[in-house]
Amino acid sequence: MTPLIRLENVSFRYGPARPVLDGVSLALHAGQRIGLVGDIGSGKTSLLHLIVGLLRPDGGAVEAFGIRPAGEKDYVRIRRRAGLMFQDADDQLFCPTVAEDIAFGPVNLGCTCEQAHAIVHETLSVVGLDGYADRITYQLSAGEKRMVALATVLAMRPEVLLLDEPSANLDAGARGRLLGILAARHEAMLLVSHDLDMIRRLCTHVVRLRGGRAEPCRVEDV
Amino acid sequence: MVCATFCEGRTVVHRLDARVRVAAAVLPACLVAVAQRPEAVAGGLVLGMLLAAAARLDPAALLRRLRAVNGVMAALVVLLPLTLGGPALAHLGPLSVSAEGLRRALLVAGKANAVFLCVTALIGTMHLVTLGAALGRLGVPARLVHMLFFTVRYSDVLHHEYARLRRGMRVRCFRPRLSRHTYRTMGYLLGMLLVRSFDRAHRILDAMKCRGFTGEFHAVRRFALSRSDAVFAAAIAAATAALGWLEWS
Repeated sequence: MTPLIRLENVSFRYGPARPVLDGVSLALHAGQRIGLVGDIGSGKTSLLHLIVGLLRPDGGAVEAFGIRPAGEKDYVRIRRRAGLMFQDADDQLFCPTVAEDIAFGPVNLGCTCEQAHAIVHETLSVVGLDGYADRITYQLSAGEKRMVALATVLAMRPEVLLLDEPSANLDAGARGRLLGILAARHEAMLLVSHDLDMIRRLCTHVVRLRGGRAEPCRVEDV
Repeated sequence: MVCATFCEGRTVVHRLDARVRVAAAVLPACLVAVAQRPEAVAGGLVLGMLLAAAARLDPAALLRRLRAVNGVMAALVVLLPLTLGGPALAHLGPLSVSAEGLRRALLVAGKANAVFLCVTALIGTMHLVTLGAALGRLGVPARLVHMLFFTVRYSDVLHHEYARLRRGMRVRCFRPRLSRHTYRTMGYLLGMLLVRSFDRAHRILDAMKCRGFTGEFHAVRRFALSRSDAVFAAAIAAATAALGWLEWS
């Protein structure tokens, strides 16, 4: 079976003095949830951004859903199938109201107003925020913002979830709810986190980034 | 950060369609702004007071704001009669109080209060988000509307960022003084705020791209006109016509 996402010998650097990834190979298959661990600055976030083309590799190849992206057009096709959730929800949520923010992706993909409204309500109930549609985004709590950010990604019906530190800065209650929601999802996931307990509970595989390379390790060893 | 003092109400005014409210505030306000006759300005003041009463604006909050407006106006009312020529009403030592100056100053103060009351009662009673959407529907360029949205959305985030940097300075015993050190530090603070905003703008654009953004915004908000909107619009149109009659008849 061909993997959903495959990285082959990918290298990436922020300028000549700051190499980040140096020959990373990785494959994500349907049904897998891979936890990506590593020290700060080991390139975890860069790796997620490379997959959706926010960064471009300096060497090696990134392949997603059978597409070998050659330019922005290919990445646009990849981004609708791989939903990236950012570390800081304030970066992701830019619309005035929750409903408009969740509808933003579906409408960009060509949904009509009615379809978008239906998706908004459906997605809000998935993340347990029924009745939040008309709330003003900047007035939400940190936990609520994170859930809405997840909803904006789920609303695009992606096949793969790329999650960047989803549990960072959450209190125990919000973290528990997030864990429950993610555990119930069927999409393949690439989960970047320092929250090792979360990785142990959610992930089927774990990969450690160290010295610019990816080393597989066992979930129990994390 | 974003003020919403008058937004939470359940009056007739609050229930009206946002587009009608914007148009109903701008139309008479424009007429009053160009009016030259005191009768028309007085009519505008009466209209403003009626609207403020209909919106049941909190009197204390309204008075606070009126005080701010009329603080500026007071300076005008004092200075204009002393600086304009023409027949004098009275003499204060070497200065003469011009009748024409006083008339014009009072006219300007009346206009300011009339426009302020109309706009506060009709537009000040809706959230900025609603205002932006209504402006978009009324034909204001999408770029301007989106700049308003982004400003509303991120003024709060930037304020938090500023507060965080200031706290960081305060715990290291920084106290602003009239000194080179203070100027340089405030320069660093503003510079850092700019750099961070720039970075954040990039991250926001990245996040938008990830959700299929290719440079075009699509509207999802819907507006609907009701009978009361039509009645209100007709009443405001009649009132504006009456003001025009007072001005030009």
